[in-house]
Amino acid sequence: MTVAQPPHETTLLGRDLGEESYLTDGTTLMSWLGTTDHKRIAILYAVGITFFFFLGGAAATLIRLELISPAGRMLTNDEYNRTFTLHGIIMVWFFLVPSIPTTMGNFVLPMCIGAREVAFPRINLFSWYLFVVGGLLTFFALLFGGVDTGWTFYTPFSTNYSNSNVLLAAAGIFVTGFSSIATGINFITTIHMLRAKGMTWMRLPLFAWAMYAVSLVMVLATPVLAITLLLVFVERAFGLPIFDPRFGGDPILFQHLFWFYSHPAVYIMVLPAMGVVSEVIACEARRRVFGYEFMVYAMLMIAVVGFMVWGHHMFVSGESQFANLVFSFLSFVIAVPSAIKVFNWTGTLYRGQIRFSAPMLYALGFVGLFTIGGLTGLFLASVPLDIDLTDTYFVVAHFHYIMVGGSVSAFFAGLHFWWPKITGRLYPERFAQFAAITMFFGFNFTFFPQFILGIEGMPRRYHLYPQQFQALNVTSSLGAVVLAFAYLFPLFYLAWSLFRGERAPNNPWDATGLEWQTRSPPPTRNFDFDPDVRAAPYGYHPEHNAPHEVSQTHEPQTP
Amino acid sequence: MTQPPAILNEPWRTPERQQVAMQFGIWLFLATEALFFGGLFLFYAVSRFTDSAGFEIGAREADIWFGTANTAVLMTSSLTMAIGERATKEGLVPLARLMVMATLALGATFLVVKGFEYRSDIEKHLVPGPAFKYAIRGAAQFWAFYWTATVVHAIHLTVGLGIVSRLLFISKEDLPERWTTAIGTALYWHLVDIVWVILYPLLYLVGRP
Repeated sequence: MTVAQPPHETTLLGRDLGEESYLTDGTTLMSWLGTTDHKRIAILYAVGITFFFFLGGAAATLIRLELISPAGRMLTNDEYNRTFTLHGIIMVWFFLVPSIPTTMGNFVLPMCIGAREVAFPRINLFSWYLFVVGGLLTFFALLFGGVDTGWTFYTPFSTNYSNSNVLLAAAGIFVTGFSSIATGINFITTIHMLRAKGMTWMRLPLFAWAMYAVSLVMVLATPVLAITLLLVFVERAFGLPIFDPRFGGDPILFQHLFWFYSHPAVYIMVLPAMGVVSEVIACEARRRVFGYEFMVYAMLMIAVVGFMVWGHHMFVSGESQFANLVFSFLSFVIAVPSAIKVFNWTGTLYRGQIRFSAPMLYALGFVGLFTIGGLTGLFLASVPLDIDLTDTYFVVAHFHYIMVGGSVSAFFAGLHFWWPKITGRLYPERFAQFAAITMFFGFNFTFFPQFILGIEGMPRRYHLYPQQFQALNVTSSLGAVVLAFAYLFPLFYLAWSLFRGERAPNNPWDATGLEWQTRSPPPTRNFDFDPDVRAAPYGYHPEHNAPHEVSQTHEPQTP
Repeated sequence: MTQPPAILNEPWRTPERQQVAMQFGIWLFLATEALFFGGLFLFYAVSRFTDSAGFEIGAREADIWFGTANTAVLMTSSLTMAIGERATKEGLVPLARLMVMATLALGATFLVVKGFEYRSDIEKHLVPGPAFKYAIRGAAQFWAFYWTATVVHAIHLTVGLGIVSRLLFISKEDLPERWTTAIGTALYWHLVDIVWVILYPLLYLVGRP
């Protein structure tokens, strides 16, 4: 099947839109706000999360500025509480959780399994509106008055004592939760029902598997967050004694419910990153993914076991010794599939023809930082060490290595990797490589000192600290300057590329995924042909050599 | 390819696939609801286990007559919804519409009875707070659960009324071809039923011989 090529359109600015594609299919504002095209919804989400990323980043900047001086001269105690709460809430729920699934997931997932659309396009658009409404509610709650509970909303402070906009912020997160659920349901149904002919489960690209695993977690964990926030809401708003110990309530119950969502939420943030990195490493090393099946089962195991480890956040909350033992053991267990993935990425690199392109640099950065974050997680999974390290900067550094070093690096890896497909333009490679290296350097510069601070005993969430911690705090703040530059720089060269970048060919990286077999940018219906898959993914080297181009739609190959 | 393509939503190519996907999606949504209410029931379990004496004293105040009447009303609506769904699929449009209307009427009746029950509860000082009837630990916990759970259920039921009434806005000619919509609607309505079936013993049968 071929598609007639209409003459090139130009916009009002006289810019040539290029070939007919999803970008030329309606250029009014309403054609975007009313779209059910998964690719356009991905762009809408990208606009939203970029805004929240820089908002959360601004709060982080304020935190790092404040911590330069042990006396905390810039902010009052209360302002500092509200600043780190804003940073946490925005970054967790309005950037990290939706980041990769709603942008690259929405854009790439249907294409990489050979589908024309997601299963429920209108629900997909609806989910974006939920995200916007929830985002605005929380945004107003945080900026006009603020919230001082920390992103964790621990009771009874959040329900009975806090004098801040807890209700509005909780309502916003509640609404946004349903946008996650809608996305998860859409992805699971899409992967079950809309795979192309011949796209069997064990031929799915690992990115699709990652989206499947993360969707399972989103669908099964987010409702628990919803009911938890609802209970906080009714206790605070209507005075119903839910968690209030004066009436027989149990604040620890809140923590169980909250972490039953919020620990799996860590895997909501990191599973998509693993999917992105698997695609990038295989392509840029020109190698089949080492141990594909183990990669799949490792992700599913992470998704399942991730539901069984929430108690490790509560080792010092008065949990029973037996519960501590079990949760500690299970937290060690979940390191196994994570380690399988790290070893398999390394195995994939072995004897590869590695291109140190920007996406690859970001992906390699992910592997290293994720490994450090994961190994320090084992320290915290061990009860005796955790009792010492709880609520210190060691914990802060640990989860930033996973979430920022891991997930954000992978987000940038995917952003650069799929940029030519999404926009139809190439980005300036040298600038991007420079940004990737700067980000890796700036990240370690910022967060490694925090491990040492934590071991030396500096607690989190305080802006006043003893003199002896100043040197490391100043180091960390200096690193944050480098990191801020590394995050802002891509904004400029990617914006430049959007307007002036060289036109991208259909498959600039010689990648094998189905999304690369269509045009850049893709047509509205994704493919000008009906994809017919005859081979396993990542056929980068059929016969002891690495030829230039081997696609997943080609004839069967014997590796 | 047994049905006209007019009823197909993007991106489905056959009614069979669309029906399976729609049902699959709704079941996934029902799984999320199970976890949502699961958190609420966990609160119930913890409260009842912690202060069981006070909890049961509070529970005895729940009005079993309102509760039982509403159970009968909602179970009947479940039947009418099931008949309505089958009638739609078989093309019996007048019967289907009658049953949908009966479902709406029974659902509304449930809310009205619930309203009377709420009035009686408020008059008996069963809203936790300064004027609450009991001082014993646990009683207020039961009533915190009662109000949260029944209001959340009533909100689900109200949303259900909206979804069910949507079937009445489909024209007579199109209705038989919209049977996948009817199936989805019925699945949601049965969620409302089944949550109530669990709530009924938890709320009204505790502490009674």
